[in-house]
Amino acid sequence: MSDISKSIPKLDAASKIAGEALYVSDISMPGMLYAKTVRSTIVKGKILSIEKPSLPEGYFIIDRQDIPSRNVVKIIFEDMPYFATDHIEHYGEPILLMVGPHLDMMDELIKKIKIEYAEATPLFDFKDSVVHYEYAKGDPKSVFERASQIIEMTYETGYQEQAYIEPQGMLAYPEVSGKMTFIGSIQCPYYVKNAVIHALGCSEDQVRVIQATVGGAFGGKEEFPSLMACQLAVAVQKAQKPIKLIYEREEDMEVTTKRHPSKISLKASVDEFGNVQGIIAQVSLDGGAYVGLSSVVLSRAMIAASGAYTFHHLSVQGDVYRTNNVPTGAFRGFGAPQMFFAIEMFMNHIAKATHQDPFAFRMRHLARQGDQTSTSGKFRDPIILEDLIQIATQKAKYHQKAKAFSLTDQYKGIGMSFFLHGCGFTGSGESTHIKATVRLHKLISDKVEIQVAAVDMGQGLKTTLPKLVAKILEIPIHQVIFESPDTDVVPDSGPTVASRTTMIVGGLLARAAKELKGVWQSGIDQVITKRYEQPSYIEWDEATMKGDAYPAYSWGVNIVEVEVDRLTMQVKVKNVVSAYDVGKAIDEQIIRGQADGGITQGIAYGYLEKMVSQKGRIRQKNMTDYLIPTSVDIPKMETILIDNPYPLGPYGAKGAGELTLVGGAPAVCLAIEMAIKRHITKIPATPEYLMELINHE
Amino acid sequence: MNEIIFTLNGKTVSCPFEPTRRLLDVLRQDFNLIGVKEGCGEGECGACSILLDHNVVNSCILPLGNVHGKDIMTIEGFKTTKRFKVIEQAFIEMGAVQCGFCTPGMVMSTESLLHHNPHPTDQEIKIALSGNLCRCTGYNMIIDAVKKASIVGDGLW
Repeated sequence: MSDISKSIPKLDAASKIAGEALYVSDISMPGMLYAKTVRSTIVKGKILSIEKPSLPEGYFIIDRQDIPSRNVVKIIFEDMPYFATDHIEHYGEPILLMVGPHLDMMDELIKKIKIEYAEATPLFDFKDSVVHYEYAKGDPKSVFERASQIIEMTYETGYQEQAYIEPQGMLAYPEVSGKMTFIGSIQCPYYVKNAVIHALGCSEDQVRVIQATVGGAFGGKEEFPSLMACQLAVAVQKAQKPIKLIYEREEDMEVTTKRHPSKISLKASVDEFGNVQGIIAQVSLDGGAYVGLSSVVLSRAMIAASGAYTFHHLSVQGDVYRTNNVPTGAFRGFGAPQMFFAIEMFMNHIAKATHQDPFAFRMRHLARQGDQTSTSGKFRDPIILEDLIQIATQKAKYHQKAKAFSLTDQYKGIGMSFFLHGCGFTGSGESTHIKATVRLHKLISDKVEIQVAAVDMGQGLKTTLPKLVAKILEIPIHQVIFESPDTDVVPDSGPTVASRTTMIVGGLLARAAKELKGVWQSGIDQVITKRYEQPSYIEWDEATMKGDAYPAYSWGVNIVEVEVDRLTMQVKVKNVVSAYDVGKAIDEQIIRGQADGGITQGIAYGYLEKMVSQKGRIRQKNMTDYLIPTSVDIPKMETILIDNPYPLGPYGAKGAGELTLVGGAPAVCLAIEMAIKRHITKIPATPEYLMELINHE
Repeated sequence: MNEIIFTLNGKTVSCPFEPTRRLLDVLRQDFNLIGVKEGCGEGECGACSILLDHNVVNSCILPLGNVHGKDIMTIEGFKTTKRFKVIEQAFIEMGAVQCGFCTPGMVMSTESLLHHNPHPTDQEIKIALSGNLCRCTGYNMIIDAVKKASIVGDGLW
C-alpha cells in the first residue's frame, strides 16, 4: 500500500482552471435583486435622522426597523448589531441595505439618502478593556525577586488584511416551503445558519446554508459572513426575492474584520548563568468597536507566550480593548502571529543584552517532550524540533551565513524562528462548544458520500478528505463523493478554522470509514455517524487557563534570508527554508502549497503589509495601497516535512494551515536585524521604520 | 456608430453602443463568461485578465469602446485549445491551484507569455505573472507550472 502522503492531482483543480467553478458572484437566479450597504460616514456618534427617498417599485430599503427578532450577530461575544442602532461605534458601520434590480439605479437612490449625525469623541487608545484574562505558572514573583538581570521590551504589531482575492459575498433566497436558503463565500456554514436563526428568531428547519466555491478566506470568512447573512435574511423576508450582496474591494478592505493590532510587553528574569527563569507578559489587542471573537484570539495569543520554549515561571495577562476602530477578527494564526513575533524577537534581544550567542541561548530553552506547557498542561507527544532545526539550518547554511553577515556590513541578514501551533480549538472548545459530528453515507451504488460541514477554501479538503476515506475503505477515490456542504444534508462538524479540520474532522471520518469497512455490505444503503469525544486525559480549566490548551501541537522552523538596500531600506527576501512537523501529511503537495502560501503571508506581515487606521478610518482601501506579495517578491522556497505521527490524528496528521504563517514575521525581522544591526520591535518593518532606526542612533 | 463589434472567443459579436461600460461587466453579464473574475475592480489583481489581440489586459479597467474591431479571448474560448490542455495539466501536476479565484487570470497571463516567449526564464515568468495576485500559493508552484507547460508544450507556441 502506498504512503498516504504521496500526492494525487487535486480533485477540484480542473474546474477552477477552466473558470467553471461557481463562486457566489457567478450565481444568478431569476428575479434576483442586488443589495448595497449604506454605511456610517462618522466614527462615533448618534444618528439623528435618516431621510429616505421614495422608492420606485421593486426597490427596498432594509434597516433595523425591519428586524423581526434580535439585532445582534451571533458570534462568541454577542455585541455587534447587523444594522446600526442609534449609536455609531465605527466608521462604515452598516446602517441600511438598498435592494433592487439595477445597481446603477440603487446608486442614484443611495445618493438621495440623507443621514444626520451628532458626532461624539471616539476612543482609539487602549483604555476600555472589555476582556481581561490572566494565568500563571510556577512562582514568577520569586524568580523576579532573585533575578540576576531583568530585561524588558515592548513589541507592536499592525493590522493585517486577509486580502482573499474573492471579496465577501452572499446570496439568499426564499424557498417555496417558506425556508430561506443562503449560498455564500463562507468558512463556517453552521455559524451562518445559527446566526440567522438567532436574528430571525425562527426554527432550525427554516434556514439552509450552502457553501459556494470559496475564493480564499484565511479567517476573513469565519465570522464576518454571519453579519451579511443576517442582513440578507431580513431583506429577503421583506422583498421575498433572491438577493445577492457582493462587496467591492474597497468596501471589503475598509470595513471587514482584520488581524488585531497588538502591543505586547515582555519582561524576563535571567539568572547568573544567562538562563531565563521566568517571563511576565502583558498582551493588549485592539478589538475595534465590537468584541466578536476577540476573546478567543486573545487566549490563543496569551497561551503562545512561551513560544517554542519552556519557561518554568510565567505570568501572563491580556486585554481586549474596545476602540472606535473597525472590528478585528479571525485571521490565520488567530493571535499567535502577534505573540510569536514578540517572543522570538525578545529571545534574541535577551541573548544580545546578556552577551550570549542567540542560537545557543534559544536552543537551551527549547520545549521538550514531558515539559509543562505554558498553561501547566503537558507536552505528551514526541517533540522533534531539534531535528527540524538541524535539517533547516543545514539546508539554509544558516550558521555559515549568520556568521558572515553578522561580522560584515553588507546589509545582508539571515533570521530563524522556532514555533508551534496548538491544533484545534483552544481549551475545551472542541468538547463544550463545537461537539463535531460527521457522517459517511454509503449509497446503494456503493459510492460513499462524506457529510461534513468543512469547507474547501483552497486548502485542499476536497482532495484530502476523500483521499483519507478512500484509502481506509480501500476503494478508488472517485467512488467517494464530497460535495460542498449544505446544512440540509450535512451534520455540524464544526467551523473550518483553527487548523482543526484534518485532525479533528478527518480523524472522525477515519474512524467512521474504519467502522464502515467492517460492516460494508455491497448494494446496501449504510450510514455511519461519529461524534467527537475529548481524550480523557485532556483537562482544561477555563477560569484559571490551566491545563492542556490543545490536544496536539504542530511545530516548525523558518529561515529567511534578506538583503536590505542601504539607500532605500527596501527589503528583498532572498531565500526561505522551512521545516515542519505536521504529524503526517495527508498529501505532501497540498501541505507544501499550504507552507508556501502561509509563510508568504507571514513574511509579508513582518515587512510588507502595512495597514493603518487614522482617526478610525482604514487608510489602505485597495490592492494599490495595501501591498501583498507579487510573484517577483517571493524567492524559491524550500520546505522539509518530517513525519511525527500523532496517535489520534488520521494517519497521524495534525494541524498545518496556520502553523505555516506564525513564524514568518519573526524570521524575516531577525534577518533584517542582522542586516541593519538594529533592534526591530515593530511590524511591519517598512523602509520608513528601518530608516528611523538607522537615523536615530 | 450604434454598435460595438469585436471578436469574442473566435466569433464576431456586437454590443449596444455603451463605450464606457467595463468590458468585465459586458463579458460576465451579457455573455455569461463567468470565468472572468472580479477581484479588485481597479486593474490591480489580474483576476479579470483576458487577451486582447494576444496581449493580457485587465478587463475591469478596459472600456467597451476600446475593443471595437479587436480580438478578445477569455478562458472560455481558450479552454478549447491544445495549449490550454498543456497549461491545465501543468497547473494540476505542479499544485498551482488552491482557491482558484486567480487561476483563470493566471492561465491567460501564461498563454500571453508563452505566445510571446515560448521558453521563458524563471525571472521572465515572474515578471509575466506579476500583474496577477495570488494570496494562497506564494507563487512558487504557479511558476513551476508555467515552466512545465513551456517544456511539455514545446512547439505549440
